[in-house]
Amino acid sequence: MRTIAYEEIVKAIRDTIIYSTTHLSEDMHRALQEALEKEESPVSRAVLEQLLENAEIAASENKPLCQDTGLAIFFVKVGEEVKIEGGSLKDAIFEGTRKGYEEGYLRASTCDCFTRANLKDKVGYNLPPVIYFDIVPGDKLEIEFAAKGGGSENGSRARVLAPAQGKEGIKEFVKQVVSDAGPNVCPPIVVGVGIGGSFDMAAVMSKHALFRDIGTPNLDPELDAFEKEIQEELNKLGIGAMGMGGTQTVLAVHIETYQPGRMCHIASLPVSVNIQCHSSRHAHITI
Amino acid sequence: MAEYRLRTPLSDEDVTKLKAGDIVYLSGTLYTARDAAHKRLVELIEKGQELPFELKGAVIYYVGPTPPKPGEVIGSAGPTTSYRMDSYAPTLIEHGLKGMIGKGKRNDAVKEACKKYKAVYFGAVGGAGALLAKRIKDAEVIAYPELGPEAVRRIEVEDFPVVVVNDTYGNDLYEEGRKQWAKA
Repeated sequence: MRTIAYEEIVKAIRDTIIYSTTHLSEDMHRALQEALEKEESPVSRAVLEQLLENAEIAASENKPLCQDTGLAIFFVKVGEEVKIEGGSLKDAIFEGTRKGYEEGYLRASTCDCFTRANLKDKVGYNLPPVIYFDIVPGDKLEIEFAAKGGGSENGSRARVLAPAQGKEGIKEFVKQVVSDAGPNVCPPIVVGVGIGGSFDMAAVMSKHALFRDIGTPNLDPELDAFEKEIQEELNKLGIGAMGMGGTQTVLAVHIETYQPGRMCHIASLPVSVNIQCHSSRHAHITI
Repeated sequence: MAEYRLRTPLSDEDVTKLKAGDIVYLSGTLYTARDAAHKRLVELIEKGQELPFELKGAVIYYVGPTPPKPGEVIGSAGPTTSYRMDSYAPTLIEHGLKGMIGKGKRNDAVKEACKKYKAVYFGAVGGAGALLAKRIKDAEVIAYPELGPEAVRRIEVEDFPVVVVNDTYGNDLYEEGRKQWAKA
């Protein structure tokens, strides 16, 4: 067994939250620069220039890139040989989140879904986070974090298609979701698509697909080609940066399927589309 | 696509010269409000009570900033998605509101009110919260402090960059921009 101290996890999460909400990730930075080079519409180019300038200001002032510093989302892989000392892993994630958001002057955006009252006093500052745990072989703790904004989340959709609809049906559904969302989801966007599994698992996979660095290929060659095909179709919509019209609406399409075997039920074809804004704040920690 | 520098409060003359796609640099006072504050403002109007600020000529910015660090005027302060204010905005426009700043589509009722009562909807760049905060020179909570980030603030801005999305003539930049760049 390998022992990891509770406090080490708390600190790693706190620091990651503060850094990733104030520093645009390298892959997003590169993707925005490439979009600026390719964009034909002057209005969209002006928006992309503002976004790159915003990233510079945020980094130099340690100021959040966007005021919506999101819900804290975690995908956690716990090695079977890991033992946490000094507290539970879940408590460490809660405490790291609270500290990161409160001490980093980030926004507390969690509320009671009926009364809409902020939960910062009742539950804790920007608590609770959304956590997915997985248990894997090994002695490492792998934590993926995203600060997921509400605007892009509001434009996301899930549906169970009929198997006969196939790839064409998937493409049409993704196109419909991105078209309907238009300017509201802060394009240029990353489109996470979860295909297969169950109704709920498709949604989880579509969220996890957003963690993949832009520019890295899908390991399934057929899906890699499908991602590029969908991206090309989406960029024909003309939505552009912040929806003001342009040729660069989608920075990447990332597909995840349920493994092994790209599984789903013989009667179903679940598809979920999770949209991520141009501020895509995501980070990976290995302890 | 013209460029204007305007100072708030805005007049009919200010807003009727603007066309969808124009770039405007706003200076002066803006008021911040999101859904929760809008609900309360509309309730005050319905009861015939006084609002926490003068609505005539006012511009409302849809924003819920991050908390300021010590020594800062305001935290990160980019626009939030505007459709959540659609059910309240026409009432405010009817009572004198001249401008709204946000991001994303508005419904037909808001666009109609903009035409009928002469008001405009501006888009600011979503996700540019650090950049936009630099144009905010002063901020003060003037109502509903219990709403936290959603409280109503009076903010003073200098050359705050926005684009006209919906003008007083029924034009919509999102629809026109998309039509122009879409490939069949």
